[in-house]
Amino acid sequence: MNKITDLTVHELIEKLANKELTITEITQAYIDRINEKEKDVKAFITPLTDEALEKAKEIQAKVEAGELNGAFAGIPIGIKDNLCTKGVKTTCASKMLENFVSPYSATIVENIEKENIINLGKLNMDEFAMGSSTENSYFAKTRNPWNLNKVPGGSSGGSAAAVAANLVPWALGSDTGGSIRQPASLCGVVGLKPTYGLVSRFGLVAFASSLDQIGPITKDVKDAAMLLNLIAGHDEKDTTSVDVEKKDYVQALKNDVKGLKIAVPKEFFGEGINEEVKASLEKAIEKYKELGAEVEEVSLDIAKYALATYYIIACAEASSNLGRFDGIRYGYRAPEAKDLKEIFKKSRSEGFGPEVKRRIILGTYVLSSGYYDAYYKKAQQARTLVMKEFNKVFENYDVILTPTSPVTAFDIGSKSENPLEMYLADICTVSVNIAGLPGISIPCGVDSEGLPIGMQLIGNKFQEETILNAAYTYEQATNFRNTYKPEFKGGAN
Amino acid sequence: MSREDYELVVGVEVHAELSTKTKIFCSCPTTFGAAPNTQTCPICMAMPGTLPVLNEKVVEYAVKAGLATNCTISQDSKNDRKNYFYPDLPKAYQISQYDKPLCKEGYVEIDTKEGKKKIGIERIHIEEDTGKLNHDDFSGGSLLDLNRAGVPLIETVSKPDMRSIEEVDSYLRKLKSIFEYIEVSDCKMQEASFRADVNVSVHKPGEPFGTRTEMKGMDSFRSIARAIEYEKNRQIDVIEEGGTVYQETLRWDDVSGKTFPMRDKEDAEDYRYFPEPDLVAIKLSEEYIENIKNNLPELPESRKQRYLEEYKLSEKDANIITSSKYLSELFEGSIKVCNNPKAVNNWIISDISRILNETEMDPIEIPFDCNQLGKLVILIDKGTISSSIGKKVLEELFENPRDPEEIIKEKGWIQISDEGAIKEVVTKILEANPQSIADFKAGKDRALGFLVGQAMKETKGKANPQMLNKMFLEELNK
Repeated sequence: MNKITDLTVHELIEKLANKELTITEITQAYIDRINEKEKDVKAFITPLTDEALEKAKEIQAKVEAGELNGAFAGIPIGIKDNLCTKGVKTTCASKMLENFVSPYSATIVENIEKENIINLGKLNMDEFAMGSSTENSYFAKTRNPWNLNKVPGGSSGGSAAAVAANLVPWALGSDTGGSIRQPASLCGVVGLKPTYGLVSRFGLVAFASSLDQIGPITKDVKDAAMLLNLIAGHDEKDTTSVDVEKKDYVQALKNDVKGLKIAVPKEFFGEGINEEVKASLEKAIEKYKELGAEVEEVSLDIAKYALATYYIIACAEASSNLGRFDGIRYGYRAPEAKDLKEIFKKSRSEGFGPEVKRRIILGTYVLSSGYYDAYYKKAQQARTLVMKEFNKVFENYDVILTPTSPVTAFDIGSKSENPLEMYLADICTVSVNIAGLPGISIPCGVDSEGLPIGMQLIGNKFQEETILNAAYTYEQATNFRNTYKPEFKGGAN
Repeated sequence: MSREDYELVVGVEVHAELSTKTKIFCSCPTTFGAAPNTQTCPICMAMPGTLPVLNEKVVEYAVKAGLATNCTISQDSKNDRKNYFYPDLPKAYQISQYDKPLCKEGYVEIDTKEGKKKIGIERIHIEEDTGKLNHDDFSGGSLLDLNRAGVPLIETVSKPDMRSIEEVDSYLRKLKSIFEYIEVSDCKMQEASFRADVNVSVHKPGEPFGTRTEMKGMDSFRSIARAIEYEKNRQIDVIEEGGTVYQETLRWDDVSGKTFPMRDKEDAEDYRYFPEPDLVAIKLSEEYIENIKNNLPELPESRKQRYLEEYKLSEKDANIITSSKYLSELFEGSIKVCNNPKAVNNWIISDISRILNETEMDPIEIPFDCNQLGKLVILIDKGTISSSIGKKVLEELFENPRDPEEIIKEKGWIQISDEGAIKEVVTKILEANPQSIADFKAGKDRALGFLVGQAMKETKGKANPQMLNKMFLEELNK
């Protein structure tokens, strides 16, 4: 038998149902794993191992007493530290919120608590979800479990690394420009960004409101579908969440792509995309053809404007969203501030890290009078064009296939001094957020260093079923997870 | 050149707090005067991760206000963020409306010396109120109260159509009464739920408008009039001395009677407006707007016309009474009780209005109700009390409202109409004032008035004046 922590959630649920495992055994196995590997990976900001064990015992007792049933009861989870959890610190990996305890829980956190899923801890991330390497965390740099000298990607790097290293069976992340898919790609796990509006954002500390979505990071596609089942749906506390018919995404996994029309936009395979990544994707395309899908090359020329559009809109919204961190009501207040202006200036100067400040300044600039039309307004117009061009592709195709990241996991420190180069890490993922579409990243191979390569499947709005099925069918046919395993290489420093 | 050569130009932005039960973006109550920070939640305190949900009543009320002021209602509207840092603004942005307000291009008609005049309304938009910073004498610092944060407001922006202080006064009173009538705001100025930013400039007729200055958050008619007068003269003096009027925000200081700049000019705010991404666009159907239109209550203008016809009030009196929903409700309610429109009209126009003016009280704060005023009129009509005692009863009603009958019993103010008792007083006064008798007999009619006055004094105003008159005459003519 596999080790408990190797199992997917659907396997855990099966073993719980068959009484091959108990809830406390599962939680204990994860705690042991965390105790063994967390010092290398540094995926957690606030581990909750003691609380989790307590909770596991409680749930176990209730289940045994017949007071509680439910498939997910007692399954552990890890939560990105920008999702508010009542009574537990929510730091956003920032000095600004180092000691912040939210007075309420995010709707999604409430959803999973209702299922008696156990929170194993709050996971590391780039500060306020701004970054692509998790190096922008105030607390620690999370390591990539495949090679501890490499970044796990970001901003949900803690979530992706924790799942890859079997520190949690699955995790919640958030994705504004690729923050679920890119780290999932770099860590060789599955990451799904749902359609904008499918999942409530209430309780997700906002980075860019019109782009942010919460989504699952899991070991396989079926787990992603299961977690999506738990978090999708209209929330009256978030009016941008859409009231669409509830679907069962697990039911959508047909293991069949015959006749599926896949578009491959040539612009996503051009300059800047690593050759090994390209080669791996081409193999995946061949696999899809073998499986009966119809694959054709298309042009998504507008995508070249997506990155600039993204950074203008995201930073503009961030500059406003992060205004509330002013040192007045909660969070960091500069101790030596003497008057109101100093409270604002010093608290924000000392409480935010350099990348957050960079984006606030950029966002403030593009919204300033005299610059609004040239930047923000133009970006909104470009956004409309991006949406239109995606719509056009979806008139004829079911899925768009691209790399998730232009490169595999890069060395820690190699890009942190060059923000522009770091921004290019999002080049394949941002247009999906700009257009509000669903996108999933699944592993499709490894490079010569043994680092995972990710494939991104993009669907039309609210067509999560289509991309989940396409991803599932590929996964079943290739079995990446049982072929390659993270080896925790390196890590001497 | 003299000050008379300049023309005053005024435009006002009125903020009215809407009387919805809950706040604009969360379900906290909007009640005024609760203990600090007891009417707050994670949303209106701007805790990280919270999102606004637009209160539909706010949209309905704003549409009502727009329809009542002849505005065009936008079927396609949205919210925007206005960004700036201040402790009373917890999100560091105010959710307001920028380029797509709910209502635009309306007007309000006012009466001026030259006849009726339309004051243009540029727009009415919805937004959230801020919290309040209260100075703490104990610590010397400021204490933040977020009860008001998120209370819904409508901002009504007039065109710069007013040319005198009287016009500004009429416009503000008219707007206030409209909002009261359609029940979108209680317009209590003492609680700052109806407050105005006043934009003042001066120019010579025929020349372009001068540079305007803005006085923010004015919440009394008297201060507004004083502030405009002061600012007008200040600007004229600056121009006459060859100086420049700067566009700036001023603070009116009621104590010194002067305006002061609020912030230095280099600190000019750039609010970085942009569409609020946390809220969806506001789309209104024609039926929705039509439905609100068809259910608008009677407005001040048509009520005034009704009073002219139904109660034969003078135009001036009808204007005063209908200028406030509460006054006109008091008027109609009292008539139902006493069936004497003329008397009720007189009470409201003279004594009640005088007391309101003297105490700067808003009609909504009148502590007694129409039953009590109606009964007061009945007591006078029946001769139970004299009208001079009536005035004392009215004062008592303002002080400590209760049944007027109770008041006069308690105070011993019941009119003396007993013939024997009156006779006794008349005899006593005549005995004490032989000179007056002589004067009267010598043809000085004023002597009678003096004697009646003495008798009223003797009876502490309780004697029936008609009976006194009659009896003195009888005695004097004997």
